[in-house]
Amino acid sequence: MVRLMSNVNRLKDKVFRVIGVTSIIFCLLILVIFIAFIIYQGSARLSWEFMISLPSRFAEKSGIYTAWVGTLWVLVLTTLIAFPLGVGAGIYLEEYSPKNWLSKLLEINIANLAGVPSIIYGLLGLEFFVRIMKMGNSILAGSLTLALLILPIIIVSTREAIQAVPGTIREASLALGATKWQTIRNQILPASFGGILTGVILAISRAVGETAPLIVIGALAYVPFVPKGPFDEFTVLPIQIFNWVSRPQHEFIINAAAAIIVLLLITFTMNGIAVYLRNRWQQKISW
Amino acid sequence: MQMESEIKAPEIQKMETKSRAGITKQEYKLRAKNVDVFYNNFQAIHNISMDIVDKSVTAFIGPSGCGKSTFLRLFNRMNDYIDSFAMNGQICLGDQDIYDSCVRVEELRKTVGMVFQKPNPFPKSIFDNVAYGLRIQGIKDKERIEERVIESLRQSTLYEEVKDNLDKQALALSGGQQQRLCIARALAVKPSVLLMDEPTSALDPISTGKIEDLISELKEKYTIAIVTHNMQQAGRISDHTAFLYMGKLVEYGDTQKIFTNPEKDRTQNYITGRFG
Repeated sequence: MVRLMSNVNRLKDKVFRVIGVTSIIFCLLILVIFIAFIIYQGSARLSWEFMISLPSRFAEKSGIYTAWVGTLWVLVLTTLIAFPLGVGAGIYLEEYSPKNWLSKLLEINIANLAGVPSIIYGLLGLEFFVRIMKMGNSILAGSLTLALLILPIIIVSTREAIQAVPGTIREASLALGATKWQTIRNQILPASFGGILTGVILAISRAVGETAPLIVIGALAYVPFVPKGPFDEFTVLPIQIFNWVSRPQHEFIINAAAAIIVLLLITFTMNGIAVYLRNRWQQKISW
Repeated sequence: MQMESEIKAPEIQKMETKSRAGITKQEYKLRAKNVDVFYNNFQAIHNISMDIVDKSVTAFIGPSGCGKSTFLRLFNRMNDYIDSFAMNGQICLGDQDIYDSCVRVEELRKTVGMVFQKPNPFPKSIFDNVAYGLRIQGIKDKERIEERVIESLRQSTLYEEVKDNLDKQALALSGGQQQRLCIARALAVKPSVLLMDEPTSALDPISTGKIEDLISELKEKYTIAIVTHNMQQAGRISDHTAFLYMGKLVEYGDTQKIFTNPEKDRTQNYITGRFG
């Protein structure tokens, strides 16, 4: 009887293993097919020429110069806005705020905000930044909107990274006469920085791929010049891609594929940096 | 010393303080007066009054959850960070009520150092660990810091083992070495009181022995209060022993008396291992 039971359990174990392996293969296969298809379609179109050409109504003359410069602008500005705000809020919530019903309410709402569809943020940005603050369809308005979008993610990951620091380290520092800020500055932040940075980079790489909120605030599909400052009008790679795939001519589809490769390279690079940082900081600190 | 009768009732305590022969007030380093501690609705400490004698080792014993760690952490205000924590009564360091609003808790903790149950070195070098307490005080003089670091490591008997690589990562040390590093770190800021919360419970017997020897050396200069689960340890190293049970101070007195001829049956039963 006992042996029978254990055989059944062993069978279940095997079945689950097969299910697991199949799921992974399925996911990887889709990704591989997708990437292979994109590269097959677009790689021939990729060239230096393509990178430094302005958009044009002729597909073969068109390039993504304005789009990737716009993406870089948005990326940098969004980071500058969201990083200090998100990390600061995370530190406050984790270290300073009293743990009462208000902080619980805040916590729940931040988690909820992380789940709000991005187009809603776009509408908020349109009304508040573009119209009320009169920023127009500028890079700044777009970056502020995207910063709002990723703030909840950064706050949550900052808090998780801080929570992962053992409480004994905090106690050790405080017991030596350190103030709260000295403890945060000298012990908590260095120990959690890898985790915080990972969260921030992943959030930003999500922002880089966002299209909907930027379309709503009026980022243009056709910008005949390269933005030079945060108040210029702009476009970004996803919008350029969206524009090209909606054209009937096949040549534009190929342009879109080439632009997707560039966008993927940007996000993969950022994710790679996140993984590298996480590993590096984890090696340095093993409790 | 007739300290064992100094229990619960505050009237009795007052009378005892007057009549206690041979002990002047200055010899008490820490005094708790009618202390109650609450965590929300749970009362963790019930009206404890006791004095801790200067330059001696006082051990707190009692079963898990009896409140001895909570009580110990009152003396450097480490309970302040627990949101549900509330207390009544007074804790004095010398003549100063340390819960008075004019007391800066950072200054208090420079005088009342603490060593924790699990060795908790910072993920930094040995040197930086010991220097931390000095650096956060704003001391920048490198020679002075180095002097203090070496002196503290000597005091904690770790220096000979680590003198050739003070830049080594502290987490690479053995558990016992880490705990002695934590003691050195606490000593570096020149406290006069050292609180130890089960400092050897995570260590092997040899490391435990080294720490016990160290405690016996340190009591010449420092007032030491130690929480321990290990009855033999309390017997070996302490001058005075307090037995806590369910948040109450059952008995407090000379270690020898508590271990050989306790007044209360409950103490007797606990010490002989019949419960706890």
